[in-house]
Amino acid sequence: MSVIGKSYKRQDGFAKVTGRARYVDDIPVNGLLHAKVFRSPIANGRVLSIDTAAAKALPGVVGVFTYEDAPTHSFPTAGHPWSLDVHHQDIADRRILNDRVRYVGDEIAVVIAKDEYTAERGVDLITAEYEEYPVLLTPEAALADGAAEIHAGTKNVVGSFAINIGEFAEADKQSKHHFQAKFTVPVVQHCAMENHSAYAYIDENSKITVVSSTQIPYITRRIVGQALGIAWGKVRLIKPFVGGGFGSKQDSVLEALVAFCTQKLCGRPVRLQFTREETFVSTRTRHAMNMYLETGVTDDGILAARKFDVHALNGAYASHGQSICSKTMTTYAMLYGPKTGCAYNAKGTTVYTNMPVAGAMRGYGAPQAVFAVESHMEDIARELQLDPIEFRLKNITELGWVSPTGIKVRSIGLKECILKGRELIKWDERKAQYANQSGNIRRGLGMAAFAYATGVFPISVEVEAARIMMNDDGSMQLQIGATEIGQGSDTAFAQMAAETIGVPFEYIYVVSHQDTDVTPLGLGSYASRQSYSTGLAVRKAAEEIRAKVIKYAAANWNLQEGEVDVVDGWIMSNGKQIVSLAELALHSHCNNKTAAPISADVSHNPDGNPTAYGATFVDLEVDIALGKVTIKDIINIHDSGKILNPQLAEGQVHGGMSMGIGYALYEQLLIDAKGHVLNENLLDYKLMTFPDTPDLKASFVETYDPAAPYGNKSLGEPPTVSPAAAIRNAILDATNVAFNSLPITPQKMIEGFTAAGLITPKEAN
Amino acid sequence: MYDIKSYINATSIEAAVSALAANPNAMIIAGGSDVLIRIRDGKKPQAELVCIRNIPELVGVTETTTGLRIGPATPFSKIAANELVKKYIPILAEGVSQVGGPQVRNVGTVGGNVSNGATSGDSAPSLFALNAKLELVSPEGKRVVAIADFYKGPGKVDFKPAELLTAILIDKSDYQGYRGQYIKYSIRKAMDISTLGVCAWCKLDGTKIADLRIAMGVAAPTPIRSRKAEAAAIGQEYSSELIAKIADIAVSEGKPRTSWRASREFRLQLIHELVTRAVAEAVRRAGGKI
Repeated sequence: MSVIGKSYKRQDGFAKVTGRARYVDDIPVNGLLHAKVFRSPIANGRVLSIDTAAAKALPGVVGVFTYEDAPTHSFPTAGHPWSLDVHHQDIADRRILNDRVRYVGDEIAVVIAKDEYTAERGVDLITAEYEEYPVLLTPEAALADGAAEIHAGTKNVVGSFAINIGEFAEADKQSKHHFQAKFTVPVVQHCAMENHSAYAYIDENSKITVVSSTQIPYITRRIVGQALGIAWGKVRLIKPFVGGGFGSKQDSVLEALVAFCTQKLCGRPVRLQFTREETFVSTRTRHAMNMYLETGVTDDGILAARKFDVHALNGAYASHGQSICSKTMTTYAMLYGPKTGCAYNAKGTTVYTNMPVAGAMRGYGAPQAVFAVESHMEDIARELQLDPIEFRLKNITELGWVSPTGIKVRSIGLKECILKGRELIKWDERKAQYANQSGNIRRGLGMAAFAYATGVFPISVEVEAARIMMNDDGSMQLQIGATEIGQGSDTAFAQMAAETIGVPFEYIYVVSHQDTDVTPLGLGSYASRQSYSTGLAVRKAAEEIRAKVIKYAAANWNLQEGEVDVVDGWIMSNGKQIVSLAELALHSHCNNKTAAPISADVSHNPDGNPTAYGATFVDLEVDIALGKVTIKDIINIHDSGKILNPQLAEGQVHGGMSMGIGYALYEQLLIDAKGHVLNENLLDYKLMTFPDTPDLKASFVETYDPAAPYGNKSLGEPPTVSPAAAIRNAILDATNVAFNSLPITPQKMIEGFTAAGLITPKEAN
Repeated sequence: MYDIKSYINATSIEAAVSALAANPNAMIIAGGSDVLIRIRDGKKPQAELVCIRNIPELVGVTETTTGLRIGPATPFSKIAANELVKKYIPILAEGVSQVGGPQVRNVGTVGGNVSNGATSGDSAPSLFALNAKLELVSPEGKRVVAIADFYKGPGKVDFKPAELLTAILIDKSDYQGYRGQYIKYSIRKAMDISTLGVCAWCKLDGTKIADLRIAMGVAAPTPIRSRKAEAAAIGQEYSSELIAKIADIAVSEGKPRTSWRASREFRLQLIHELVTRAVAEAVRRAGGKI
């Protein structure tokens, strides 16, 4: 491969650095109106009455709409492809505006005004009376007998799922050692640099047009159609540059509401731009989970019998439903694929609570699973005095293993990742060095492994389309439905097209924006799937272009088709340059008799889902008396198949590790007993700053997956999955204190170290 | 959006004071790093602002016959880089250089930090240790108060009507021969507020502690001095044992509260550890060997 595997610069780098890239809020719109939302101040209840007269009377206010004006039907919001199977369709439990309010921040009414300031003043003038219900914030409270239902008829269960490979009690008979543990993880938020924002208008075809910072334009088009109760083709979605999503924009959070606003105002353009506070509370979060593990281990250190019970707190609306909790359960099975005769019994329940809504977030349930599983594995290894690395290597999934969803492992470099990490962190040498420490400052080593899918097959369709149009100088535009949201996918697609056609990277221009009236079909950026699923479509389109070029060259330059090659923008035959692609393209466009552009417009519905693997290794220092952790060395090692662009891949790994470290040590959304979020800002929500971020190292074990277009597997989400458990295990290694809930904050450490006798409690007189 | 009704750009102390006197609702703004956040949060609707950042007398640090005069509208970054501050009172530079991030330090001012009355202000422990005095001007005239008397409670300070902070004064006798350290403990290394702040300011006489001042932020509803711990140290030979004793006494003087940001027990642990570390470092910086 000549283009794949090289570190080409991002296609959009220059535009972003120079400010030429326009994000949704940068686009000037004539006559633009601004919307602001009147939100629920209570966590659970019903609006008995609402008074909007003063808001409507405020000069500059153009419209005030409430739940009384909004459609009465409900719609689903999750960024999943639509399923023809009614049982697989997302739960439709949202209205555009609500009188039945289910969390602090729920949308009740909207004020549209000539400017944002006036819209805010209009919101201030709305008053409402409420009937309040008990606030349910834990699975225990929500699932208690007789608990009030947040959604009628659900018993507060969003969904539940079980995986049963073997039978625990039977398989446990071979076990000699038994372990039980509970792990908890907090609510966290994506904190994409760009908040959620969209504007809407009615276009010249009378289509409701929404320009949005979204990961999923096609899916959002469908959701807006469902929400408004109109044909999906009467909606048009446009995605400009996006400043990060991380899953929070794999959901339709504000598009339906802003579309409703323009519909009510006969197509006048309306912008709805969330503040950071709204983005924290009223978009999506990562699920808090309570996870219970039970494990039987044989004398040989084999996991014989495992139970995994998961309670996922979903918040007020279903969003992605049970699927994230289910992924938590499958992640454990994919990492340690049960050996013959061993059992894995998992059950998961996703619960409605009166909290901000949890949905997709980078890793989609896997960071939770791996924190629990890899912490548990560490504890077992310590208890049995087994080398934690050897113990894992004995139990990890092997080539050929078939997952509960029928996916066969056709490439796996997990063992190599673990061994490489052991070497890079100098595991054996430093373990010896850190043995028998005393004193306030102590060092520790930890590791954790993970497995991660590439896409959602066979649960959902994976169809992706690609279009290539050659210009008359041989350069080409590549259009895909796949969305660039900062991860670098456009650059990877350009490399793929250049590789397969046989042209330099610079010949390919990727149209970065999606417009559902123009762009080929695509499902969007989620599940770390695009370089795989869309890659297959890009390869198919590129193959078609290449075939057309060869055919045209053979016909017009008297060559044998079988002997023609395209190399570096030249038509070659028997090792000789015959004609440049530029000349051929001009010829093709201008030939009096046969003039035609060279183009391809294809789609592909993948039927595979390769698994990526990897591990985090960390060396850290704990200042016991201050409860401070300093990461001295941290490395992620990934088997993501063939690495398409090493520099972009490294960037992905750095970003994911940063998110994983934040999950381990810093981040949590705090919610008080009445359901108010206490820290919905970037001061009190402790997202790491640059000085807090250690030097991040990435390394790769390159396998080649035969199902993938270029041997590549997922990499977008995997780097986030394993840092937290590795850090927890290193703190345990340093201090002998095990922390089973995230984040491991300074206060939590001081409490833990005090309980363990490492610190004497201080008391003022 | 910012709900601002009016804005007066004062160019002299007199103009600022008369603008404040003319409008009881008027609010002073200098850098705006706190005031604008409160306005954005809707806590000050229809804000009527009097800007003091363009009053030349309020900006800069000067050496007088009695000590240092610090203009309250001097931004943190200018304080941190000031040669007089670095030479005589480096603990103040250490404090203000840990406020927020570079952008906030370029606009936020030391006077604003004091006027807010926050126990977490990063300049407060150092100014308390320095026995800073505040010069205040109102239509009634000029007065000078000790900083410890100016802080009245959480977010409460002793401003009279239409009064403006015009200088922060430090006497020579409060810095000549002293060295020390300010330690800010926060969850993040930047862009964060203090969970606890400790300043130790020390003068040695050979192997004895001639004077020691310990000031703490967030150890109580206002910044405090740890007077009993100081008394136990003054005149004593410095040693690790003495510092351990000082830290125990400092803990007994702390009155931290449990909030969702940090528990009382956690903050007491921090008082003990940070006082230990700050005093030891202050002794070292003052020339001691410990």
